[in-house]
Amino acid sequence: MSKWVINENLCKGCGICIARCPLKILAFADHLTSKGVHPAAMTDEAKCTSCAICARSCPDVAIEIYKEEK
Amino acid sequence: MKKIFSRPESMSKKPFHYCPGCDHGVIHRLIAEVIDELEIKNRTIGVAPVGCSVFAYDYFDVDFNQAPHGRAPAVATGIKRVRPDSIVFTYQGDGDLAAIGTAEIIHAANRGENITAVFINNAIYGMTGGQMAPTSLIGMKTQTSPYGRDAATAGHPIHMCEMIATLESPVYVTRVTINNPANLMKTKKALLNAFTLQKEGKGFSFVEVVSTCPTNWGKKPTDAHKWLTENMLPVFKLGTFKDTQGVEKS
Repeated sequence: MSKWVINENLCKGCGICIARCPLKILAFADHLTSKGVHPAAMTDEAKCTSCAICARSCPDVAIEIYKEEK
Repeated sequence: MKKIFSRPESMSKKPFHYCPGCDHGVIHRLIAEVIDELEIKNRTIGVAPVGCSVFAYDYFDVDFNQAPHGRAPAVATGIKRVRPDSIVFTYQGDGDLAAIGTAEIIHAANRGENITAVFINNAIYGMTGGQMAPTSLIGMKTQTSPYGRDAATAGHPIHMCEMIATLESPVYVTRVTINNPANLMKTKKALLNAFTLQKEGKGFSFVEVVSTCPTNWGKKPTDAHKWLTENMLPVFKLGTFKDTQGVEKS
């Protein structure tokens, strides 16, 4: 199961999560969604610290964040 | 895997109709989180305004009413007086609250009704296509001020927080923004303070959120937050203007 889960049907491709990610590991995906936008996508999940800044900044609440339990 | 973040329970599954990058979505989510945290979902009643957020009732999984232009504080007064155990909040934009509904908000605040008003200030009319609002900045170009707002004919931006803070009755008047993650958390805290004060029966609370309208400002969503920081925050200064119960110190 991944740490970063996006509901592409909600994403409007505004890019706020991509701009705010402190590690700059988010980018627009190459494919288009049914809304006709390039959704946000994770490029390097191993680096993700599950800080959830992207999810809290998302105006469409499209992102869910999980963290590995130690 | 432990869940860190997901959609709050008080929010419905329906996708927002708002434009890409619109701040309404984030503020909706913060309110829904506050409702979840205070465990008041079953007795919360919201009042939606006229404007972009007119469909707010579709996005919250709580009882909702929708008031005519600017009348949300008057409708909220009625709901609160008939059902004093409920938690009543209004959610209004600047065209709704600061223009057509100025009388309603001022008098609801002056009566000290035990309600919470959330005021979304983005200095423009969103739904009707970007006309000048009472809160538009001097020199700001809009559909109805194509050469920029001129103070000689259109006056100066209205500062609602400062106006309401001069009244005796309100207990909590604050201005926040969501232009970056740190301010976003402060906004959540302000909303939590406001709803907690209402839950404790202290009186009228007013939270102004300075926010963006990327579409009608003609900016990319990411540039809109930058424009807000550079242009709106010097005019609409952040801070708490009234806190009679000292909630921010505790």
